[in-house]
Amino acid sequence: MSNTDKPMLDRYQTFNFVNTHPVIKGNVDVSHGTVLYMEDVSVSFDGFKALNNLSLYINDGELRCLIGPNGAGKTTLMDVITGKTKPDSGSVYFGQTIDLLKMDESSIAQAGICRKFQKPSVFENLTVFENLEISLKADKGAWNTLFATLNGEQLDRIDEVLEIIGMQELRFQPAGILSHGQKQWLEIGMLLMQEPRVMLVDEPVAGMTHQEIDRTAELLLSLQGKHSVIVVEHDMAFVRSIAKKVTVLHEGSVLMEGSMDEVQNDPRVIQVYLGE
Amino acid sequence: MLLKYFANEKESAFILMILASVTLIIPTCNLIFSAGSVFYFSAYTVSLIGKYLTFALLALSLDLVWGYCGILVLGQGAFFALGGYAMGMYLMRQIGDRGVYGNPDLPDFMVFLNWKELPWYWSGFESFPFAILMVMVAPALLAFVFGWLTFRSRVTGVYLSIISQALTYALLLAFFRNEMGFGGNNGLTDFKDILGFSLQSDSVRAILLMSSGMILIAAFLVCRWLVKTRLGRVVTAVRDHESRVRFLGYRVEMFKLWIFVFSAILAGLAGALYVPQVGIINPSEFSPLISLEIVVWVAVGGRGTLYGAIIGAIIVNYGKTVLTGLLPEVWLFTLGAVFILVTIYMPDGLVGIWKRKWGGAKP
Repeated sequence: MSNTDKPMLDRYQTFNFVNTHPVIKGNVDVSHGTVLYMEDVSVSFDGFKALNNLSLYINDGELRCLIGPNGAGKTTLMDVITGKTKPDSGSVYFGQTIDLLKMDESSIAQAGICRKFQKPSVFENLTVFENLEISLKADKGAWNTLFATLNGEQLDRIDEVLEIIGMQELRFQPAGILSHGQKQWLEIGMLLMQEPRVMLVDEPVAGMTHQEIDRTAELLLSLQGKHSVIVVEHDMAFVRSIAKKVTVLHEGSVLMEGSMDEVQNDPRVIQVYLGE
Repeated sequence: MLLKYFANEKESAFILMILASVTLIIPTCNLIFSAGSVFYFSAYTVSLIGKYLTFALLALSLDLVWGYCGILVLGQGAFFALGGYAMGMYLMRQIGDRGVYGNPDLPDFMVFLNWKELPWYWSGFESFPFAILMVMVAPALLAFVFGWLTFRSRVTGVYLSIISQALTYALLLAFFRNEMGFGGNNGLTDFKDILGFSLQSDSVRAILLMSSGMILIAAFLVCRWLVKTRLGRVVTAVRDHESRVRFLGYRVEMFKLWIFVFSAILAGLAGALYVPQVGIINPSEFSPLISLEIVVWVAVGGRGTLYGAIIGAIIVNYGKTVLTGLLPEVWLFTLGAVFILVTIYMPDGLVGIWKRKWGGAKP
């Protein structure tokens, strides 16, 4: 089959005249209830298949947990969605119409997909307040950023997020002095400031105390409905406390999806986690 | 009011006051008091201090890209030299028919090369406003093209430093060539007038020093404003964690590009102020060594503070003036040693030491 035939035979391809949902900037088409589509996505690094024909659908407003042993492709999956890694094949759509593979990291973030990294990534030389301020959902062009000032509404929003993450007292402290758990919280706060449609949260509770973990669970649960949240986590107790639907990844593909109980009692999952 | 405006930045206010007094007092004393008076500053001193001020401006421009945006440019001298050449071309046109060959249309070196007419890129330089425009446009254009290509393809860190050094070296070789039409290895010199006034006169020297001082103060205030805007915070974030900033939705390469272009314009202005005060511009200003020296000034002063760059440039250059007078052959070794010692023992430069001792806990 020549290359030109391929799009003709691609069953996911819609012709323009069929497509009744034109792309409107800042408007994600979720008329089918799905906010994120990943289909047949493959990524390989030097022959190692990090993702292997992976297909995954995330519903609008859903909280989904991704689990899987090390090297299952969880972080690579997030890299693909956020534009950090381009897959070798497959398609990734945001809503019905927005092709994420044609966009770079900053456009994807502006479109409304935001990410918390595995290693807490806050800007240590900026204060807590400034970290939230630059994350604020606003025009991110250089010229507008130069003359940007905070209006009352935005200040309220920052105050609100400071309260959610419990850092009102720390607002003028540089982020570099925060503890590991606090940095995780600040990064979640930065995510909230961006008001994303989809939040990808990579290991949110690593390095947190029990109380902090409980509060994180509470926060993530409160976000579903308004945001779609994808959580990657190793802490099974934590996953159990928040998850309705869990997706298990193994060797770059989806092994199974289901509730936490179904997943934990599935013989394939047990085998993957415990070995032979 | 001034004190209130600089409430948390005594250092900035202090440096500004010193700069303002130097800018006002030295030229005034030079003009009012005659030689022999205690308050008299010689023409040599006036030119020397004027030169230091242009170096301080150059250091400031580097601190903006390096200290705040994290781009270690090892070719900042190229923008300085381009600004200098633009000013030099204007000064060459001011010579008119007073050159050695007395040709009213062509500078001496073109007559010497048997050129019959002025190259197209020299046209317009008889006008001072046009020359000033070019002082800013030429470096900005180079920075734009260079920055566009490198930042877009995400060349960062040491690779970018090396490429920027190669850039200035390539320009050095190009400007050495007589066919380029910029005076070859002799460069542009034997200037006579600026705006019709003799460059040798005391009042012109005094005015040049004042202009250097005032432009330095203005540039300092603009840079200080810039780093305090949200753009400044984004740029600082880029320095500390570039890839993370992309995931906040900022086009990092555009932020780097505009800061880089602005810094090149400042460097160009510094070059334009430098040339009439030293009376010559030649390709050696493009040499990578000069660009490395600028990095040392900023490192010694303390990067990422703006005023640190000004202090560093003035102190290192004063040291250079003294030392090259006493033991010329030792200077380069000293410079190298200073850079190594500063990097190892005082990563925040002189400003860092001052702050740790007297400035309280704020880093």
